[in-house]
Amino acid sequence: MGILDKKYHDSNIIIVNLESALNWARKNSLWYEQFGLACCAIEMMATAASRYDFDRFGIIPRSSPRQADVMIVAGTVTMKMASRIERLYEQMSEPRYVISMGSCSNCGGPYWEHGYHVLKGVDKVIPVDIYVPGCPPRPEALLEGFIKLQEKITGETIIEKEEGSSSELEEVSQAKTA
Amino acid sequence: MKQPEEIFEYLKQKFGEDSIGFEAPEVGQPWIEVDASAVKDVMKFLRDDKELRFDVLMCLSGVHYPDEEAVGVTYHINSTQLKHSLALKAKAPIDNPFIQSVESVWKTANWHEREAWDMVGIKFKEHPNHKRILCAEDWEGHPLRKDYVQQEFYNGMPTGDN
Repeated sequence: MGILDKKYHDSNIIIVNLESALNWARKNSLWYEQFGLACCAIEMMATAASRYDFDRFGIIPRSSPRQADVMIVAGTVTMKMASRIERLYEQMSEPRYVISMGSCSNCGGPYWEHGYHVLKGVDKVIPVDIYVPGCPPRPEALLEGFIKLQEKITGETIIEKEEGSSSELEEVSQAKTA
Repeated sequence: MKQPEEIFEYLKQKFGEDSIGFEAPEVGQPWIEVDASAVKDVMKFLRDDKELRFDVLMCLSGVHYPDEEAVGVTYHINSTQLKHSLALKAKAPIDNPFIQSVESVWKTANWHEREAWDMVGIKFKEHPNHKRILCAEDWEGHPLRKDYVQQEFYNGMPTGDN
């Protein structure tokens, strides 16, 4: 938005579109739920640590789903874990986002056919906003996933849609093209 | 230090040939076959006898033998004091898959036996906490049986690619 790098001498009033102010604030304070399921969690930790540093995007871990904006499903979702993930997702307050990190949570990954115990994609139980491919994805890939999510949030609108117009996902894509 | 043959001869004097047998394949480790109802006594003797002193249960694995319509357990035990090790096997028919628990002999067996129950469906007599360890408690079937058919849904979630 480029308002913060300007200097103001006379007045401290900034005139800005409410929607973009809200979106700007939300996209720069994405708190993610701190929870890892498998080896992807190690990459997630590496992304949060000093070399890649999530913090510079305002992305910080929270230990409670009630304080989190985004859930990173980092790892293999077993059938046993899937119902717990569903419950954790329901505990998050809206607006909430889900990043599916790595092949396992995207589509079952190496357990795609003969893994009786693995859910073939976390999108079978909760809606996913961003899919990050990789096994496991490198920290750069996860960061790009977050940047894509920020782009998605930038395009969101608080204007009420006409009834029966479209689903949440379509709204976003409409807002992007508009 | 004793060889498996010597250990078998030693055990034979104590338990007789009815409840134990010896098999040595051309390739691989020889093992002692133990009757499913004698497992606990034999294991306790192996642990406590002064000339054997098997103080560590290295591994306990469940096995499905589809040709024999049986399930079985393979035990690998070791003596850290006398530096010898041994493999033992016990089998039970698949429609009556009971084998004595060795949890009271080596505590290591607790989780291993739960795993064998979870994956192959072997029931262990006198196990103090006989429930599944990896799969969900309401899971259907035992996944490592050769004739396992995966359930299509679990709690309304598809388990396959569909």
